[in-house]
Parts: sequence; structure tokens; C-alpha cells
Amino acid sequence: MRNTLIALAAVSALAACASRPDPTPTPTGPTPTTSERPQGPVPGSIEDFRVSVGDRVFFGYDRFDLTPEARSVLERQAAWLRQYPNTRILVAGNCDERGTREYNLALGARRAAAARDYLASLGVAANRMETVSYGKERPLDPRANEEAWSVNRNAHSQIVSGAVS
Amino acid sequence: MATFQSATRTEEPLPLEGGGAGVGVKDVMGVIAPFLKALGAVRRAIGGLVQFIAPPRLSLNPTPPPSPFRGGGVLAFAFLLTLVAPAHAQLRVDITEGHLNPMPVATVDFLAQTPDAQQVGRDVSGVIRSNLERSGLFRTVAPGAFIERIQAMDVPPRFADWKIIDAQALVVGQVTPLPDGRIRIEFRLWDTFAEQSLVGFQYATTPDNWRRIAHRISDQIYEQLTGERGYFDTRIVFVSESGPRTRRVKRLMIMDQDGANPFFLTSADSMVLTPRFSPSTQMITYMSFETGAPRVFLYNLETNRREVLGDFPGMTYAPRFAPDGNGVVLTLDMNGNSEIFALDLRSRARTRLTNHPAIDTSPSYSPDGAQITFNSDRGGSPQIYVMNADGSGQRRISFGEGRYSTPVWSPRGDLIAFTRQAGGRFAIGVMRPDGSGERILTESYLDEAPTWSPNGRVIMFFREARGAGPQLWSVDLTGRNLRQIPTQTDASDPAWSPLLP
Repeated sequence: MRNTLIALAAVSALAACASRPDPTPTPTGPTPTTSERPQGPVPGSIEDFRVSVGDRVFFGYDRFDLTPEARSVLERQAAWLRQYPNTRILVAGNCDERGTREYNLALGARRAAAARDYLASLGVAANRMETVSYGKERPLDPRANEEAWSVNRNAHSQIVSGAVS
Repeated sequence: MATFQSATRTEEPLPLEGGGAGVGVKDVMGVIAPFLKALGAVRRAIGGLVQFIAPPRLSLNPTPPPSPFRGGGVLAFAFLLTLVAPAHAQLRVDITEGHLNPMPVATVDFLAQTPDAQQVGRDVSGVIRSNLERSGLFRTVAPGAFIERIQAMDVPPRFADWKIIDAQALVVGQVTPLPDGRIRIEFRLWDTFAEQSLVGFQYATTPDNWRRIAHRISDQIYEQLTGERGYFDTRIVFVSESGPRTRRVKRLMIMDQDGANPFFLTSADSMVLTPRFSPSTQMITYMSFETGAPRVFLYNLETNRREVLGDFPGMTYAPRFAPDGNGVVLTLDMNGNSEIFALDLRSRARTRLTNHPAIDTSPSYSPDGAQITFNSDRGGSPQIYVMNADGSGQRRISFGEGRYSTPVWSPRGDLIAFTRQAGGRFAIGVMRPDGSGERILTESYLDEAPTWSPNGRVIMFFREARGAGPQLWSVDLTGRNLRQIPTQTDASDPAWSPLLP
């Protein structure tokens, strides 16, 4: 598990280098990164949601059911979204490469819907959330191995408006 | 609506070779004109990026050229030089076994008097040789082995000279500049053992259109020698890919079947997937992220315009045309549940065909339009199903080892091609519409997305090596003739057009 977390951290570091503001898989609570900085992300900012809360949840192969870890991340997301009621999110479902494009578009849609539905059950208004599926077209980790695939199977909650800048 | 009216005008059969009585030259040009305009528009839109196919200005000469074997009357259009008795009498490639023992064919560089015409002659012959060779059914006899030096089209060859080098068929031709700036390209196919002419045609065209003529001649040869329609005068639309895997740029690109004349149809701004040709070859339906979420689009090759197809309450993807061109079948996702819908392009009315909480996607019509094959995981893993076109009678047909998806019905109706995942690898295979007779044709780390040649004999697909970019490949139904299709960029999701009008 620890190795996985290190790998995830490495991946997120890579992603941070990329020009796209790519998200950070942070399956555990407050991260060391936050406390080491002189000041953490501005509360209510996109960075706050990404780093302090965690904006991605992960799935098993060809699965779209939420793991206990995924639920706990989504519960933090819901709490944050309730705290900042002007924010809106886009939940994107992603898949690993081990499926055909069209099937994975459908599977990604299931993952996005699973995350969105759980957030809704936790009191986030449905009209604040949209979903999209990117299928296997937007991998977070470009490699072709188990580690990469486990990262690429995710639902990504992205703040699209209303965040503190 | 206007879009579709103009598209259907080009669906008129273009009686180029043989038959076609009652259609005048003027009528035919009327049919071709929109296509010319479309290509012009595309060229203007694309700029000078890549080579561009010349407008197919086929003009039809009602007078048969001189021929030593001239017999029959002058057909209305016919450039039939000769047609000696039952066309495929003796020489015939068995297409189902075919290239275990490919038929040796000699193609002479087409004759010409001027340097420019000689160049065209060499180019045309080169394209014909390469088409025939790639089919796997024919073997090119090396020109160095030729004994007789053909010097005139009108004189029968010395058959013994060709038999002795085992050239069972001989292609001769000629390129002649015309006073109006066009050129005439004519050819004749000889059966050297039966010592008879099998077929001959002539075409008048602009010099820069020689390549399409070469493909048409290749189709004539293929048809004469196999008894089935060829597939060389066709195009491929596909997804051109570039950039790092995490931020891939995916654009629609179109090219000739052999990789020549590629050009982009869409910009790098929005990711596109899964293009498919309409039966008229003038429309393409595809999926794009252009408006945010996945949406099915229509692209009109005549007007170079694109539009979102339908007003659906969710993301739409996996489109394919109905065989009559009047409808598109696609997948609509509503709240994580994918269902298959048919959309009538004239009324824009939509019909829901599946109703199941499982994934239902990747629909493909049978060529008679009566049935649809699709992909569903309602049985616990993705498998192939077949239903009637109204959604009734849904039944599973794939029961082999592994996960099955992307079913595509052959234009002949006899087989369904698919992608299979098993043991950590992807394969392309075919099975009969009742699920029997499954055969795997290719396998690799990732083989995906089969598309059929219009004669149902060859399948194109994309292959991705582990961690590498995708490339286009083709394989015939025997599985033995596996070839990579040259593309300038990484390429995926190929779709083979019907024969061009």
C-alpha cells in the first residue's frame, strides 16, 4: 500500500509539471506537503480542494462500485462542497487501456455517475454537478502496467466555478 | 436537411464501366460536381498541409478506341475495349484460399510518347502492382524478368514469352495526352494461358487524377481475376494521433486506401474518436469532445461543415450509419446507463432500442438493415449480442473465452468482426451472425476496432504495442496477409469507405 502511495505521489508530481492543472491523487487525509509549506492552500480554493480534500477516487478493473477509500474521499469532497456552496464541479470518469474505446466511454460514465450519486446522497445539490466520461483517452499515468492502470481507473472531481481564487 | 439532400444526389450510381445505358455524360458530371466542390472546399480549409487528391474529373468517351478484338456494339458509355466471352472463364483466383499460392501477374509500364506521359505511365503501373501485391492474392512478376518488350497496345502479346516466365495474367496500358490538356489512360488485361483479353477500359482525366484511375484499373483487374468486386478505389477516415499519451491530440484524417493523399478534417482543438463513413461516402459520423462532453457529430465532405447530431439529454457516442444512409444508430448515456438509439436523419425522430441497466453500446447494422449487432455486459462481462432493428429479439452470440466488443457486421452479411480480450491480449476475429465459426485473425498487446473493406474480404484495425502509439493494419479473412498501412502520424479507429462513386 505504501509503495502505491509513493507511486501515486510520484505520479501527481509528474502531473503537476504538466501544463494541464492535473489533480492529485491523495487517498489519505491531511498530507505532509500541506504542513511543510509556510502556508497551505487558500481555504476554498481549487488548490485546497485538490490537495487538502483529494479530487480523485479509484476503481477496480471493469468496476464502478465505490471502495471504502473512495467513499471516504467523496465524503470529504461533500463536506468541502457544502462548506463552499457557490462551487460547481465536473465529475469525469476515466478508465485504463484494457478495454475498447466505446466500452470504456460507457464504463467511465458509470464511474462518474457513481461518484456523483454518492456526493448527491451526502447533500450536494445535483444542479451543482455535471458528469463526463473520457473513457481511456486521458490517462493520468502514461505507462502500461498495473500501477499505471490502477491510477488511470478513476473519477475526477474538478471544480469548474465558484472557488476562492 | 439541405445537407442530406445534397449528399443523396451523389448516391446515384456512376455508370463508368460497362452497362449504364441511358445516362448521358452531362448527367454523370452533374453527379460528380458536388464531390469536386467538396474536395475543393476541403483543400481550401486545410491549406497546403499534405498532398491532395485531384478532383476526379472522369470524363466518359463514348467511342471505343481501336482494338484488335473489337466486337460488340458501342455501349452508351462504354469504354469497354473488348470483352471476350464469359469474362472469368479460365483464370480465377480462389479468394478464400488465394494467396497460399498468389497468382503471378505481370504489369508492364504503361506506354507513352512524351516524357510527362511516360512518368504517368510508370506511376499508374506502380500503383496497380502495389495494390495487387498488397491484396495477397497476386504476386508481381518482376519487370526484369520480362522477355517481350510490349510496344503497342493494339497488338496481342506473344503469349509464349509470358507463359514461360509464369505470368498468368498480363496488364498492358497506354497514356496519351489529349488536345484539351487531359490525358487518356487505357489498359487491357490478358489471360496469357487462354490467350485472350479479359477486359479493357479507357479513361479520360486530368493528369493529376492518375492515381484514382490506377485504383479503378486495379479494381477491374481484381474483379476479373477473382469474380468479386475490388476495394482499391476507396478511402480511409481515421484518427490521427500525436503528442504525449497523457495529453494526446486526436484529429480526423482522411486518405486513400493505400495511404496516399492524406489530409486533416478537424483541428487539434478537440479530441475526436470513432469516425464512420456513410454509404454515399460523402458523410462521416464521429464522436467529438468539441462541445465538452462526448457528442456524435456529422461531417459533410461536400460542404466541409460539421454539426452535432440530435438533441440528446446526455453524452452520445459509438455512431454508425444505417445501410440506407437515412439513419444513424448510436449510444446515449443517461446517468451512467448506456442505451442504444436509432436516429432518423430526415425526421430527426429517435427510437430507443435497448432498455437495460447494463452497458449497451457499439451498435452495427446488418447490410440489409434488418438486424443490429451490439456490445453489452448484461451477462457480467462485455459480450456480443444481436437484435432486430426495432430492438426486439435481443440475444447473445459470443460464448468464447474472454471479453468481446466492437462487433461490426460485414458488408456481405456473412460475418461479424469483433475485438476480443483474453489472457491480457487483444485479438481481432470474426464469427457468423449466429455466433458459430469463430476465428481469430490477429492478436497482440492491443488490436482494436475492425472495419471491413467494401467487399468483405479484408479487415483494417489499429494495433498498439505496449506503451507505444497506435498504427493501422490490415488483415484478410485467412489471417495470413497481415500488413501495416503507412500513415504520417500515429493512427487509430480506421473506417473503410464503400467504393467511391
